[in-house]
Amino acid sequence: MRYEPLNLGRWLIWGAMALVFLVAPLVFSGGFALTMLIQMGTMIIFALSYNMLLGQGGMLSFGHAVYSGLGAFLSVHALNLIGKGAFPFPVTLLPLIGGLSGMAFGILFGYVTTRRAGTTFALISLGIGEMVFACVLMFPGFFGGEAGVSTNRVVGQPFLGVTYGPAIQVYYLVAVWCFLSIIAMFALTQTPLGRMANAVRDTPERAEFVGYDTQKVRFIQLVLASFFAGVSGALSCINFEIVSAENVSAIRSGGVLIATYIGGVPFFLGPILGAIVFIFFVVALSGFTKAWLLYLGLFFVTMVLYAPGGIASLLLMQIPLIRARRLRELAVPYALAAGAGLIAMVGLIGIVEMVYRLSEQGASTVLNVFGMSFDARTTPPWIGFALVLAAGIVALRYASRLVGERWGAIQHDLLARQA
Amino acid sequence: MRGNFIRASALGIAAALISFGAWAQTIKVAYIDPLSGPFANVGEQGLAEFRFAVERINASGILGKEKLEVVPFDNKVSPQESLNQLKRVIDQNIRYITQGNSSAVAGALIEAVNRHNERNPGKEILYLNYAAVDPAFTNEKCSFWHFRFDANADMKMESLTTYMAGQKNIKKVYLLNQDYSFGQAVKKAAREMLARKRPDVQIVGDDLHPLGQVKDFAPYIAKIKQSGADSVITGNWGNDMSLLVKAGKEAGLSVDWYTYYAGGLGTPTAMGEAAAGKVKIIAEYHSNVANNKAAKWDADYRKQAPKGNPDFYFLRGKIMWEMFARAIAQAKSAEPKAVALALEGMKYQGDLGEVEMRKSDHQLIQPLYVLTLVKSAAKGGPKEAKIDMEGSGLAPVTDARMEGFTSAVPTSCQMKRP
Amino acid sequence: MEFFLVQTLNGISYGLLLFMLSSGLTLVFSLMGVLNFAHASFYMLGAYFAYQISIKIGFWPALVLAPALVGAIGMLIERWGLRQVHKHGHVAELLFTFGLAYLIEEAVHLVWGRSAVDYRIPPDLDGPLFTIFTSQYPTYRGFMMLVSIAMLVSIWLALTRTRIGLVIQAALTHPQTVEALGHNVPRVFMLVFGGGTALAGLAGVIGGNAFVTEPGMAASVGPIIFVIVVVGGMGSLAGAFIASLLIGCMQTFAVALDWNLVAGIKMSQVAPVLPYLLMVLLLIFRPTGLMGTREG
Repeated sequence: MRYEPLNLGRWLIWGAMALVFLVAPLVFSGGFALTMLIQMGTMIIFALSYNMLLGQGGMLSFGHAVYSGLGAFLSVHALNLIGKGAFPFPVTLLPLIGGLSGMAFGILFGYVTTRRAGTTFALISLGIGEMVFACVLMFPGFFGGEAGVSTNRVVGQPFLGVTYGPAIQVYYLVAVWCFLSIIAMFALTQTPLGRMANAVRDTPERAEFVGYDTQKVRFIQLVLASFFAGVSGALSCINFEIVSAENVSAIRSGGVLIATYIGGVPFFLGPILGAIVFIFFVVALSGFTKAWLLYLGLFFVTMVLYAPGGIASLLLMQIPLIRARRLRELAVPYALAAGAGLIAMVGLIGIVEMVYRLSEQGASTVLNVFGMSFDARTTPPWIGFALVLAAGIVALRYASRLVGERWGAIQHDLLARQA
Repeated sequence: MRGNFIRASALGIAAALISFGAWAQTIKVAYIDPLSGPFANVGEQGLAEFRFAVERINASGILGKEKLEVVPFDNKVSPQESLNQLKRVIDQNIRYITQGNSSAVAGALIEAVNRHNERNPGKEILYLNYAAVDPAFTNEKCSFWHFRFDANADMKMESLTTYMAGQKNIKKVYLLNQDYSFGQAVKKAAREMLARKRPDVQIVGDDLHPLGQVKDFAPYIAKIKQSGADSVITGNWGNDMSLLVKAGKEAGLSVDWYTYYAGGLGTPTAMGEAAAGKVKIIAEYHSNVANNKAAKWDADYRKQAPKGNPDFYFLRGKIMWEMFARAIAQAKSAEPKAVALALEGMKYQGDLGEVEMRKSDHQLIQPLYVLTLVKSAAKGGPKEAKIDMEGSGLAPVTDARMEGFTSAVPTSCQMKRP
Repeated sequence: MEFFLVQTLNGISYGLLLFMLSSGLTLVFSLMGVLNFAHASFYMLGAYFAYQISIKIGFWPALVLAPALVGAIGMLIERWGLRQVHKHGHVAELLFTFGLAYLIEEAVHLVWGRSAVDYRIPPDLDGPLFTIFTSQYPTYRGFMMLVSIAMLVSIWLALTRTRIGLVIQAALTHPQTVEALGHNVPRVFMLVFGGGTALAGLAGVIGGNAFVTEPGMAASVGPIIFVIVVVGGMGSLAGAFIASLLIGCMQTFAVALDWNLVAGIKMSQVAPVLPYLLMVLLLIFRPTGLMGTREG
């Protein structure tokens, strides 16, 4: 199920991606939409750098925010020095400082964490994350304590009219860095190091046997990943103009793990999709419902259970079908599955929203969901939504079996033809 | 893929904008506080009280045809998320924000509001702070666009130490605080002010512990006991507060706890009877205060309050909304700049005496109370301990009223006015 | 002397509570290879169940019923969740429990609200047990130590002296053989997972009222028990026991000592961070942990 891009296709994909970066802010030009785009850009870098560990190196980290956060802290101090005129350096290149400092901490902590692999690595990364978080609060002189360190990104002489005051200029800065980072990280997967990382992930014994030091490979991979994490930290510092303890917190580390996983760990483009979906959940969905955290958790667990390859795997599964021009045969099952999924979601959302409303203090128990108005204290809506949910789940089971059968049959055909 | 998600959210925002546009007569105030995640209960408490206050003020007709409205925005107590929400507030053309939980968030908001107002003249935003107590906000970081309705950390310590100076039985004091900016500020202020007011009092111990990391406070209790302290000053809040008091009770430690936030949400419940007679709090209000002109308001609020959390907590919130409404009425305008000019220097007859919004730094000067948590009257406590906190059986009674001037510490603010 | 004695007892009792928390985790890991990231969430569930049961029928029934309930939930989760992801490997299992921790916390928010609940120490166990010179030693702490030691002994007996314990041990190393002998290996795993979560639930019953029962309690003990498991050596019950006591005493004495470290930072200030430092040092000098034999 590995995805092998065509050469022409690759150029097309990169071109399209650049175009999307260029055009996105013209389509979504509101102030809030723009901040969301900026955060998606930063998150894409962060998630891709995380996937250098999890996807390419098989290292499950619970403390990746350490590198982006510390990178952000050093960038914010650099930016303040630039502002004071003590350090002549263009703001445009600030992410380099973030990246290099992230990398420095990668060397420091990575030396310890990469001594072990697998579950132990995960636990050590968690411990280091906790330790760094506690230390950040302990030294307010450098880290600004609870309030963090704030800054002003509009410093120095404007270069060709670019001051980074307006958000749109920050967007293009992020877009350029994001695009370059994507290319760089993709290129890394093609190098011998990237391949070795895969080998160390899949069969460490054999990798060792051919003469590679698995620990060293993990170490180099982590150091490189922390460079990109630092870049994303510096970009978020420029965007928010504040860096505080939350930048290194376990919440951030958990967030990037969730984002990467729902996007799809086995695929290079997975984390890009994941970052977009994740920011949508955290930033946009939380404006509509208090239950966003539960929805995100349910979504994540569902992905772990039923689609361990993430969103990317679901999309990429269609490629051989499209190539064989047989996607149309699946149109009906897909429509059925989508319909069933929608029905189940209506039931689920109805129940979840009622539960949240009842648990909320002092709120009216009358809800307006799906254009209907009802009182959560009465039984009919509960029965109604439960029935809808049950019907949706039954239909979904049926539809997914249908999809599976058809997809399997076509796959079988294609394989038979190849042979 | 990418487009769809953003478009969906853009559509949602557009829908929100349209529905807001229909209410041209209302003056909207964005409430930016946690409404989901672990601190949601704190945010919900404020929201419920503010909605109640706004309803009352609208009914009083002080604003004529205009109406106030609180619009909630969830910031998840994250400074960066608060800035996202501020962007959303700006997109919706809301000109006022109010926030209280966490000085980290407040600091980020003040900076962002200053920057926004500088970069977008004519679209200024005014920030009403009801609980973030970092002294910097009305000193070196003071801003014309920020008004604080809670006494800051130094002011509270000034009142608390003035009270302690009068207690002759205090001989040895122990300082135990959380190791972050607020805890360190409490420690510094306590040392400085005690040395000034009661040089004979010995500080027998001074510890900082990481914020929210200590699971077992027994070792700290043994240390306090060994030091022979009779009183402990602590700025701890949340679990760090309740665990401390519980561990003290378990080990039979007999000291008075001088605190800021032991009356905070959930803490009385968590401390339980361990706190009775031992825990003192510095606050601007409690439900059993004498000559309480807000008693009816308090009772009315309790009648309609959410079942889980019946307490009326933020008197300063009531004062904030009343002063805000009066400033709008006086300025005859809902423009933030005009309202700010009307608000600064305003004197107002509050429910517990006169309060003043000091013009030089936009800090509200108000009387404060030192109170002790005791067993409520229903559980065999004194009869003035009528109303308990959170149904915990612990009720506040007044030890002393500290007039506004006792806490009116001078400011270093050099305000830039537009 | 008095101070030293009291602090030693404090250290040991805290260490024993940490052991209670980490024993279930270690057990599940050593027997199934699954690192249950939601282990601390089951600890929290135990505390909340005990609270609910103790206000209805009392603390003593809760001591038995709450862990049983938590164990039953654990078994259901193993049967309908964990077993599904087992085929995708250990990382997927770990991630599943990671997501589960999020969901359990939200569920607790919804059912019991977001602030602390009033889960009290029962009156029979309230008050001082004995007095060392002038310091009281609380009865409840003594009870905590007792339960913890009883737990250690019964786990050891169950694993080495009972038939089911031997089957469990065999199923770990030779699942096919055990299956061939007619034992239902998946069911054995389900029981093991349920047992591990029940132990966490028991720790919750004991720890919930000694400390505070609130929705953040899982997140606050989570990292420290993982440190114990690593320091003790992944999957070693004896290692976890030693590591728990070591960390409990180390933290207690770090608070007690007013040594100045670098730049005006006192020993007591860094006390809660010490376990993480210990972990880092240990990994440099002895990567398998104190008693560990296997590479993670």
